[in-house]
Amino acid sequence: MCLAVPARIVELDGDRAVVDAMGNRWAIRTTLLPDAKLGDIVLVHAGFAIATVDEEEARQTWELFEQIEQLRTDETTGTEGAD
Amino acid sequence: MALGDSRKILLAHGGGGRLMSRLIQETILPRVRQGDDDMPLTDAAQVTIDASVLCFTTDSYVVQPLRFPGGDIGTLAVCGTVNDLAAAGARPVALSLSLILEEGFSLDMLESILESIGRAAGALGVPVVTGDTKVVEVEAADGLFINTAGIGVKVPGSVLGFDRIQPGDAVIVTGTLGDHGMTILSRRKGMMFETPLESDCAALSPLTCRVLEAVGEAVRFMRDPTRGGLAAVLNEIASGSRCDIEIEETCLPIRPAVRAAADMLGLDVLNVANEGKMVLIVAPEAAEEVLAICRADPLGREAARIGRIGSPGEDGGLVELVTRVGGRRVVQMPYGRDLPRIC
Amino acid sequence: MPDRAEAARRRMVRDCEILGRPVRIMEVCGTHTVAIFRSGIRASLPKGLTLLSGPGCPVCVTEQGYIDTVLELAQRDDVILATYGDMIRVPGTAGSLETVNRPGVRVVLSTDDALALARERPDRTVVFAAVGFETTTPATAVAVGQAAEEGVDNFCILSGHKRVVPAMAALLSDATNRIDAFLCPGHVSVIIGSEAYRPIARGFGRPCVVAGFEPVLILEAMAAICRQLLEGRAEVESLYSAVVRPEGNPRAMDLIDRYFEPCDGPWRGLGRIPEGSLRLRAEYERFDARRRFGLEERVAPEPAGCRCGDVLCGRIEPITCGLFGSRCTPDTPVGPCMVSSEGACSAWYKYGRRGGRNGAR
Repeated sequence: MCLAVPARIVELDGDRAVVDAMGNRWAIRTTLLPDAKLGDIVLVHAGFAIATVDEEEARQTWELFEQIEQLRTDETTGTEGAD
Repeated sequence: MALGDSRKILLAHGGGGRLMSRLIQETILPRVRQGDDDMPLTDAAQVTIDASVLCFTTDSYVVQPLRFPGGDIGTLAVCGTVNDLAAAGARPVALSLSLILEEGFSLDMLESILESIGRAAGALGVPVVTGDTKVVEVEAADGLFINTAGIGVKVPGSVLGFDRIQPGDAVIVTGTLGDHGMTILSRRKGMMFETPLESDCAALSPLTCRVLEAVGEAVRFMRDPTRGGLAAVLNEIASGSRCDIEIEETCLPIRPAVRAAADMLGLDVLNVANEGKMVLIVAPEAAEEVLAICRADPLGREAARIGRIGSPGEDGGLVELVTRVGGRRVVQMPYGRDLPRIC
Repeated sequence: MPDRAEAARRRMVRDCEILGRPVRIMEVCGTHTVAIFRSGIRASLPKGLTLLSGPGCPVCVTEQGYIDTVLELAQRDDVILATYGDMIRVPGTAGSLETVNRPGVRVVLSTDDALALARERPDRTVVFAAVGFETTTPATAVAVGQAAEEGVDNFCILSGHKRVVPAMAALLSDATNRIDAFLCPGHVSVIIGSEAYRPIARGFGRPCVVAGFEPVLILEAMAAICRQLLEGRAEVESLYSAVVRPEGNPRAMDLIDRYFEPCDGPWRGLGRIPEGSLRLRAEYERFDARRRFGLEERVAPEPAGCRCGDVLCGRIEPITCGLFGSRCTPDTPVGPCMVSSEGACSAWYKYGRRGGRNGAR
């Protein structure tokens, strides 16, 4: 249950990180993912990263894949129009 | 310290005496009345209009924070009221401006907001012709409350109303949804996040007047989706016209950053406020022309046809969304308070 | 993507036809309930297939007594009640956090914020309403750990955390709940791992398929369930392997284990579930709001006529409840199933209003 949203780690200091989701930046904790690295895409729930996203798997199974791709290529907002 | 040297609003500034007079003459009027009109201050402004029907609207503005990316409470106060006139098919003619200031309010902040008001009204050529200023004790107001009222004259040939809406009419929105509400949330304590988003706060009367002049009666109804978002407006239209409404999820113009922010907070973009967008119900044969006019305007570049009016429903109309995967779901009237959630 | 959805739908229809008997799948995740409704796929499922909304909405299964305790604490002048937004409108016996309308109620987005509140306001005790399943429990564990380490003594939690697998087992132990398979929650599985469902699959012979939240992924998971049923298999499958690993998140599980221990506890509608709840371990009891304020576990009667319990077990559909849509609406909710955005009743009311059973027209 529970909403969890993918976002890319753009800053990391200990277990405090800043993640980027479509240009929005949120301060979160990576306490639950000690192996998280800068550039990883993680799933964020209630201010904590709970899993790293396996991008290959995501590409095959996830409609959010397009969003993942955008996070990856560092494109920020500006794209208009519907999903 | 002499009272007049304070850079903060004092109770005396609302007292009707010297300090208030100076505030009005030196701080408020020069900023709010941009341009060369030097109308004397009277109890009531006189506006000459060649019309037998006036459109008249009022709105109060209590937004927090007072300043946000893309605007401030001043721009909102002008655009919001102007947009209500625009939605009624009117060209705005004049505005009133009432300020309720909290004792201790920063004069710098007030000047900045007044400048915004002057700029917004000036750009439209719609003067602020009358106003009022009050100061209340500390904590009796949240910094600054503003009320604006506006008068306007209907564009000839515009006939708008729920009763004009018919099955088959096109539902058009002038641009991306959710920008204002998400921007405001990003500046709220306890929810702050950095974002490239900006409020879409803008006055739409030039655009709506142009549309009405071009297609006249083909526009059946207009409303701006402010508090409660698109969902609220569509439900009001469905209820008022007693017709169902069907919209397509894939047609909704939404910035990825807005969608992502809404996802992160567990909010529905359809319930999020807009301050520079209009929903138009248009006869189907005029839809393409209306879209073209919108898209030719910087404020309507992402205008989109998002759905259609359906048949009359037995118990007032229902709003349904056709989803990305071809399913259907009801779009409900929002409760009135969207809370961020984690589950 | 629509092709994949269509293909999954067709596979499901075909397999159900060949199977030739009614199929009852329980979705154990409020987010799935909502996702299914929001995407409108409920209306296009095969005739013999029933989707049961299970007790997967953590707010909905929170017992009335917990809510009343939260309300009592929120009204104390020496308390700041920090909570996720989900709890604000849940009705207790006498109002909700919203109607109680106290400045001491603060919505937070994370336990970090709740702890920060405690540091900012040494003159108050911050009580965090710790509701949620295993997805959310680690965040509470981290906060308690930090509070212990830093000596933030004015921070405490009222634990309403619960465990999903014991509830699934309890549901199956009651034979009147005819459940053929489970659509397992995606994000709980991120933490507990897909292997956590093995006792259900093997022990009870029910297929367990973990699904993501996109409509396509949900459809594919349901098709996988139908295929298992057709082939007489009862296995754990994960179709959300982008984020769900068989072992879950070991660090998160360790943290839950370090600060919490399983205990029996009441779930709304299901009664006491053995090992279905989580409480703080003895060495951290000073962070337990119950201890600190001397609160007994309250048993509050469900409101008259409320059938949230039956809905949560999948025994009835929301529309069967006598209060649904009349006395109980999203604006005037009687039970949490209507108030929680993930509650089955709320989802039915919002998304399935026109048309009966499956929200079909």
